[in-house]
Amino acid sequence: MEPEFSKAFSDQIRAAAAERRALRIRGGGTKDFYGNEARGELLDTRSCCGVVDYEPTELVITARCGTLLAELHEVLFKQGQFLPFEPPGFGPGATLGGCVAAGLSGPRRASAGALRDFILGARIVDGRGQLLAFGGQVMKNVAGYDVSRLLAGSLGTLGLILEVSLKVLPRPVSEQTLTLELPQAKALESMNRWAGLPLPISASAWRDGELSVRLSGAQSAIRAAAQKLAGETVAAAQAQQFWDGVREQTDAFFAADAPLWRLSLPSNAPVVDLPGAQLVEWGGALRWLKSGADAATVRAAAARAGGHAVLFRANEKPAGAFAPLPPELARLHRELKQTFDPAGILNPGRLYPEF
Amino acid sequence: MGSALPQIDLPQQKKVAQALRAFLPERCVLWQEEDTRPYECDGLTAYRRLPMVVALPETDEQVQRILRTCHALGVPVVPRGAGTGLSGGALPPGDGVLLSLAKFMRVLRIDPLARVAVVQPGVRNAAISDVVAPFGLYYAPDPSSQIACSIGGNVAENSGGVHCLKYGLTVHNVLRVKGYTMQGEAVDFGSEALDAPGYDLLALAIGSEGLLAVTTEVTVKLLPRPEMARVVMASFDNLEKAGDAVAAVIAAGIIPAGLEMMDKPATLAVEQFVHAGYDLEAAAILLCESDGSAAEVEDEIARVKEVFTRAGATRTTVSRDEAERLRFWSGRKAAFPAMGRISPDYYCMDGTVPRKRIGEVLNFIGTMEKKYGLRCPNVFHAGDGNLHPLILFDANDADQLKRTEEFAAEVLLKCIAVGGTITGEHGVGVEKIGQMCMQFGAAELEMFHAVKRVFDPKGLLNPGKGVPTLSRCAEFGRMHVHAGKLRHPDLPRF
Repeated sequence: MEPEFSKAFSDQIRAAAAERRALRIRGGGTKDFYGNEARGELLDTRSCCGVVDYEPTELVITARCGTLLAELHEVLFKQGQFLPFEPPGFGPGATLGGCVAAGLSGPRRASAGALRDFILGARIVDGRGQLLAFGGQVMKNVAGYDVSRLLAGSLGTLGLILEVSLKVLPRPVSEQTLTLELPQAKALESMNRWAGLPLPISASAWRDGELSVRLSGAQSAIRAAAQKLAGETVAAAQAQQFWDGVREQTDAFFAADAPLWRLSLPSNAPVVDLPGAQLVEWGGALRWLKSGADAATVRAAAARAGGHAVLFRANEKPAGAFAPLPPELARLHRELKQTFDPAGILNPGRLYPEF
Repeated sequence: MGSALPQIDLPQQKKVAQALRAFLPERCVLWQEEDTRPYECDGLTAYRRLPMVVALPETDEQVQRILRTCHALGVPVVPRGAGTGLSGGALPPGDGVLLSLAKFMRVLRIDPLARVAVVQPGVRNAAISDVVAPFGLYYAPDPSSQIACSIGGNVAENSGGVHCLKYGLTVHNVLRVKGYTMQGEAVDFGSEALDAPGYDLLALAIGSEGLLAVTTEVTVKLLPRPEMARVVMASFDNLEKAGDAVAAVIAAGIIPAGLEMMDKPATLAVEQFVHAGYDLEAAAILLCESDGSAAEVEDEIARVKEVFTRAGATRTTVSRDEAERLRFWSGRKAAFPAMGRISPDYYCMDGTVPRKRIGEVLNFIGTMEKKYGLRCPNVFHAGDGNLHPLILFDANDADQLKRTEEFAAEVLLKCIAVGGTITGEHGVGVEKIGQMCMQFGAAELEMFHAVKRVFDPKGLLNPGKGVPTLSRCAEFGRMHVHAGKLRHPDLPRF
């Protein structure tokens, strides 16, 4: 049976589509800063909340979009499990729907996988007000196109995400964080080399000449790896605070007025030669840059290095938050948007200005 | 199953072959029956059809021109990798071009530091791991056909394998796919960074069964080879206990590198084939692999053994060395060919169910064996609930073939009923297209067709596979009755 709110959302979207009225889908609003500016009438998802199904031995949790991320963490924690992609919440109000729509992953991404890797299924309301279900609640499922993964990072432009099933995993038995004094180039080289060895590295972050590496897993494996890496061990509480700060961007690095760029690059791309401070994560594959450099310069540098740049936080984003797409991909994007939301009413312009 | 061979339209064949010969050398275009016959089926041999023309391009540019030419002529194209697929995804078009990527065999680049390999789609799955082995790296997904199947086919099917519980499927291990749409437009999904701007078209392309684009280049992620691996082999005196033991491993917070089950009939069949030393008295055998450093493996193996013993295992054996580990796996990996030795034909299913329902579904299969009078051994990926029941039959006996089909259809319905799916890793292809009508409603199927139109407006790329038309669903007849109501009340019924 469809709960009341599914029908209410569906009616609201159908009515808006008929009148071509833009809707701004929003949960806790903790990621209002992300992407391009949202416009339209508010559609608040928070009434649609709660864990629908969770059985720890199935390694799957299904919850509604308005469920607080904090609640999800707590439910999983009690069973010794967690969301391996360590999503940033950017505030206590963060919801599951917003988390999936933004598609962002935290420090564990390079070793555990991204949010999209853990999506098993989703139920959505498309731009016509239709209720649709894709994927499911099992680990392996290749029936039909993988529409549920397509929702990750779509910023609500393809549909209102009603409910999501995510794969979850047991929490690591133990963790230890080490720090090493290294210049950036040397840190990049080390992180790439270590990633090619069977070491239980679950996160890495370099800033201000210091590389922090987190090890996760069985105590025996951590002990052996810690010896090999030969860094300074950080006290557990301090380490927790550090990784929380990197994930939630409460770390001192992120406290400044300069625009914050997110450069996603091949992990072994050389040090990006741009003015401004950098924080490197994901074994070198993610470079945060605080810089006043103009958008074209930053984007060109990212493209040259084999990746792309997102203007993550800025007072203004005149050149758009996301790197422009090549023409053939832009066409596929426009037409997919048209397919899911023919009236163009769901979060228009939030991902790319033209849709 | 089985379809009457359609007549090849000879004037059309000549026209298409000539159009392709305008830019392809003679060796790259096959049209005479003795040349095209080997392409009449893939790994699902129950479905055969002679392709009108087979094209074997050698360069990206040739692929693009073949697609442009066929698009302009309105001729269907079916891409094919190594032809090992088990759902008929590469069943040729009787009125079109079978596009074989078999000549795309080159490893283009290996970057050991960044841990990526860029390969052409015809490169075999196992060959990737072989070529990167000197760097201590490997490509994790390992479908049982890995010595023969190609990476392009793996991308099309989102292939799994025995280690995907811990290491993921193709979609988790591929960074980038380049190729062409049916119009011959070059597309590039994903990147060598960990994400790309915009929608995740890479996720959409992987597992799309060759319906959205033709793959010409794949960038895979490589992992460091674990220091060592060991296997615990455990015997159980009933299927449900074995099923519960699988859930107990997960409940203990262990994600093993592999967790596979074989029932007694399967064990009996493979033992005479590989002599692995399996317990022939056990109702079910579980194989649980642990990998990592020596210390890690020792810890985990001890915990797994304890869980199995508590779950009622009648016997547990731990592999002592690499040779023994490989021997324990040999039967599991050789299960399909072993079935070929004890039966003229076998039909492999691929449903996935929640782990807690494994015992129930296995018992249901047992009931179906009696109902249809056909044997059905089970070997499967227990850790992720992916079943591979193998119905043994003789394709020369029309009645057995019919019973096999009905048997399989009932099992797939059962998988849907317990909250699972009709296909975990083999794909829908032509084989399970009817069951798609049961798994999805009309609105979802319509959405799939709409997604396909975005990539291929004329519907020429691998037509008739993967997603059923709504009229086909109506004809399929077995209507999905849900809560006393028909699932698609708006559909006409015949």
